[in-house]
Amino acid sequence: MHRFTIILGVLAIFGLSSFYFYTRPGTLPADFLSGLQGNVKRGETVFHAAGCASCHTAPNAEPSTLPILQGAQSFSSPFGVFMAPNISPDPTYGIGDWSALDLANAMKLGTSPDGTHYYPAFPYTSYSRTTPQDVIDLHAFIQTLPADTTPSRPHDIKFPFNIRLSLGIWKLLFADADWITDASTVKQKRGRYLVEALGHCGECHTSRKRLGNLNHNLWLKGASNPSGEGTVPDITPSTLGWSEQDLAFYFETGFTPLYDSAGGHMAHVVQNLSRLTSNDREAIAAYLISLP
Amino acid sequence: MNRTFRIITITISLVLTGSVIHADGHIDAAIKARQAQMQLYAFNLGTLGSMAKGQAEYDATVATTAASNLAALSMLDQSLIWPKGSDSGSAKSNAKIEIWTNFPDIMNKGKAMADAALLMKAAAGGGLDSMRGAMGPLGASCGGCHKVYKETRN
Repeated sequence: MHRFTIILGVLAIFGLSSFYFYTRPGTLPADFLSGLQGNVKRGETVFHAAGCASCHTAPNAEPSTLPILQGAQSFSSPFGVFMAPNISPDPTYGIGDWSALDLANAMKLGTSPDGTHYYPAFPYTSYSRTTPQDVIDLHAFIQTLPADTTPSRPHDIKFPFNIRLSLGIWKLLFADADWITDASTVKQKRGRYLVEALGHCGECHTSRKRLGNLNHNLWLKGASNPSGEGTVPDITPSTLGWSEQDLAFYFETGFTPLYDSAGGHMAHVVQNLSRLTSNDREAIAAYLISLP
Repeated sequence: MNRTFRIITITISLVLTGSVIHADGHIDAAIKARQAQMQLYAFNLGTLGSMAKGQAEYDATVATTAASNLAALSMLDQSLIWPKGSDSGSAKSNAKIEIWTNFPDIMNKGKAMADAALLMKAAAGGGLDSMRGAMGPLGASCGGCHKVYKETRN
């Protein structure tokens, strides 16, 4: 009996430590970005393609080419309310003291510089597919934006989701950097990168399962609005019925084929997409048109 | 209950009902009127947009007509078609209540739209590229209001 207790104890310690081992916040190798140089101009494109300003500027901030990334927009969800933090280059209140590798760990693995898990409201489940070059370029661009000293506000998350350790299991199950669809042409591949990685379109346009993971079988086929009433539309070609040209024009101007103008959060997205090159907008359109 | 009292009560209730119907009718009519204005925007934007997309051949005269219409529409005094009580919370409308609580901002955004329409009016007759170039800023000025003040419930 005594021996049994000892065996049980050893097994428990082994179980807990392997649990911790497999669910601890991961980090990239120290040389992940070595040999790469950040480029501000390219980083600006990454910044707009990734839509950073849409969530990290103040609520109702006017569009700007030098946005103030002070945070403070809130996002309600079935798990609680998430607050976008200050990611301006202020070293104390923002991310000014982050290395490019810190940004890579955040975007690709959802791990903060102090080694905790981020909630996937920060869409690292999509940003995981970002290239190392794009991360280092984005890091260079963010450093050129105005610093701001607005303190980040804490999330308001319900139990048990407020236990960050549980995110380790969630990531193990649902976070990866694999492509969701096949792409054949160079243009479609660029479109896929912009949609599945930087643009993180699936985060709103794809429905989620019980644990908040995206249902890849219904990729971009629409979802309920996580933050309110109504739905986010199905943007696959058979349902949407827009031509490739209609899509590219919408990304540039916000005008639908019936010449209504994009509203709500999609107006933010159009604001970002309008700053990309027409080639990139056409690549996104080509990708969407190729979807089943 | 005597007869006079009954008649008075009925008269009062009819008058009250009537005024409620009148109020609702007034709100509905205002909402219809502004939807009609949006429809006119859409029609003229569509004329320009189909040329920009290459679905219709560029025609400088037609483009200028459409752009002039947009500019004229943006100059209308809209104060009568946005009465209080015609927001999404109180009527069948996608107009958020903030339109009435942030009124100076709406006026600024309306002015920005009118400016963009004037730029389009100047650009529309100057060739396809010139017209196309004014399309983005015009769209952005529409989005300026829709982003903040329009309910999205597709």
